[in-house]
Amino acid sequence: MKENDNILDEITQSEYKYGWVSDIESESAPKGLNEDIIRFISAKKLEPEWLLEWRLKAFRHWQTMKEPKWPNVKYPEINYQDIIYYAAPKQKVTPKSLDEVDPELLETFEKLGISLQEQKRLTGVAVDAVMDSVSVATTFKDKLGELGVIFSSFSEAVRNHPSLVKKYLGSVVPMNDNFFSALNSAVFSDGSFCYIPRGVKCPMELSTYFRINAANTGQFERTLIVAEEDSYVSYLEGCTAPMRDENQLHAAVVEIYAAKNAEVKYSTVQNWYPGDKNGKGGIYNFVTKRGLCAGDHSKISWTQVETGSAITWKYPSCILKGDHSIGEFYSVAVTNNFQQADTGTKMIHIGKNTKSRIVSKGVSAGNSQNSYRGLVKVMKRAENARNFSQCDSLLMGDKCGAHTFPYIEVDNKTAQVEHEATTSKIGEDQLFYCNQRGIDSETAVALIVNGYAKEVLNKLPMEFAVEAQKLLAITLEGSVG
Amino acid sequence: MLKIKNLRASIEDNEILKGITLEVNPGEVHAIMGPNGSGKSTFASVLAGREEFEVTQGEIWFDGKNLLELDPEERAREGIFLAFQYPVEIPGVSTTNFLKTSLNQIREYRGLAPLDAVSFISHIKDRMKLVEIDQSLMSRALNEGFSGGEKKRNEIFQMAVLEPRLAILDETDSGLDIDALKIVANGVNKLKTKDNAVILVTHYQRLLNYIIPDHVHVLYQGKIVKSGSKDLALDLEEKGYDWIKEEFNATTV
Repeated sequence: MKENDNILDEITQSEYKYGWVSDIESESAPKGLNEDIIRFISAKKLEPEWLLEWRLKAFRHWQTMKEPKWPNVKYPEINYQDIIYYAAPKQKVTPKSLDEVDPELLETFEKLGISLQEQKRLTGVAVDAVMDSVSVATTFKDKLGELGVIFSSFSEAVRNHPSLVKKYLGSVVPMNDNFFSALNSAVFSDGSFCYIPRGVKCPMELSTYFRINAANTGQFERTLIVAEEDSYVSYLEGCTAPMRDENQLHAAVVEIYAAKNAEVKYSTVQNWYPGDKNGKGGIYNFVTKRGLCAGDHSKISWTQVETGSAITWKYPSCILKGDHSIGEFYSVAVTNNFQQADTGTKMIHIGKNTKSRIVSKGVSAGNSQNSYRGLVKVMKRAENARNFSQCDSLLMGDKCGAHTFPYIEVDNKTAQVEHEATTSKIGEDQLFYCNQRGIDSETAVALIVNGYAKEVLNKLPMEFAVEAQKLLAITLEGSVG
Repeated sequence: MLKIKNLRASIEDNEILKGITLEVNPGEVHAIMGPNGSGKSTFASVLAGREEFEVTQGEIWFDGKNLLELDPEERAREGIFLAFQYPVEIPGVSTTNFLKTSLNQIREYRGLAPLDAVSFISHIKDRMKLVEIDQSLMSRALNEGFSGGEKKRNEIFQMAVLEPRLAILDETDSGLDIDALKIVANGVNKLKTKDNAVILVTHYQRLLNYIIPDHVHVLYQGKIVKSGSKDLALDLEEKGYDWIKEEFNATTV
């Protein structure tokens, strides 16, 4: 047994691949947070007055709030005055096309495996690349425009489609929803905006790629997706950050609005820098993600593969307001070394005949702590609501922890709520069996973990499922030797 | 092909194998028999390189290589296959995917290019026929929810796919009904060539009606106390193990 644990130890020790820093001159605000900083950000982005007011209101509210202490994570007090709230790669002019984008920036994304140049030729995925606080480039804008699909950086959307932004901003996640969403509302710098008009099935995957580059900087992006009646979109976000000794704060907000018969698939491959083997550095990922199934028969599906971040605090949720609406949450969360994750979902059943499905697969290795926290709430008028939850935990070694905190609140007798949970361990037996078939331990762990997470990985769009599988293998590399 | 000299092995300071010497040549079938707790399964595990057993003394040579210096996966890639007494379940991983990974890692070790999907599938299909295994087992997760018999047949199927030089069958017959036993034995016989060898670890003589051994060895208290031809197995079937124990105890007193 002891032998086996040592083996597991070794496999889970691997290096973060995206830890380099690009040498890009950036322009940033001074450290600290006050109304002047917010005015500075708003002015930098040439925002209309109403948005500045909205930010200030959020900021004033934030000051009255306290950081949540209930998650099952531990970290030193964050000094919010010690963070830079705005950093932007310096570009002389706003690029009108990719040819005008700083080559160093393009190279950065190239290194990440996201070739923006290539994107011009490839079809299938449109990308919005966000570095530090601002959007660098969005591909395929014209092609999408022909269908009436709006896919742009948030700042551009504020300039070009102010009424849409004004209508939906904060409609799903109110500015004062929680501590981190209020902070984001005050200082968010950029992000992606996506609008799918009525009856349009978006023909390509839309994807946003987030990169933190500058030091001591927080990243606060905001994503807003609006799917009008009978529309469909599949959306993917990816993220990485350099290796740094200090912790960096990432507090994003994602809002999804789905009208009648609309369907939104939101997939995340989260690979923020997790800190080193001793738990030094890494991203604090405090994110609020919520979707509103506003119309009847609408559907929102969250799929997440969480491998990065020192601390993850994230509960992509669905408010099932429309009758017959469907919410889904598929998650694989892998923690290694000293990572801590407290993640799960909330399914709020308001409409009649609403359905939700939760499949959560946790994998803990090293000294990490991995918690699933989920709420299933069935409101009074939600006749015939159905929920199925499955929460599985896989442990590697004997120094990590897996926790499950399911909350179920039912106010309607016709509801059916099911919860299943399992905990298992990658056993010496499984490893030896694979070894005996000529498979080395590292490949064996990847095989076993991918098998375990299969149900979730299958939900990812094809192109990204392969990436996610590789990422799982890399994350657990070195945890067995 | 396989030369074992005075092999001693223990688990947590408890000595299980107390000096085993055995030589297996290409084309041979050896049966290792013995009462419960005599060290049969330990012997199979030690050959495959299971780390919880510590080899305290002795040598194992396989095709001129010192087996004790090789990891379990290297031994497998050298051509040693263990059909497990209790095959392990790996949820979510299909037998096909598992075997593809396995076969390609073995090929890589031997300097061969990985099999492409088409040749792999045709190889699998061919082997499925050979050991009469059902196609539906292929797409299911490895051993997950398989019956005892299905698991054992799956082991033989894997053996057919990987074509080992030396196959060690650890109580593959236990838990099989007579029909399944015949299918398994049939598979093993079909896979037999003049270049490979089989070690059958079994408690009962039953299997040896279908797979005829060249040599039979009786393991008792961690030692091979008697070796003989296939007739020895018949004697054991008839008389049980008591006379072996008595004989052994008489000589050691």
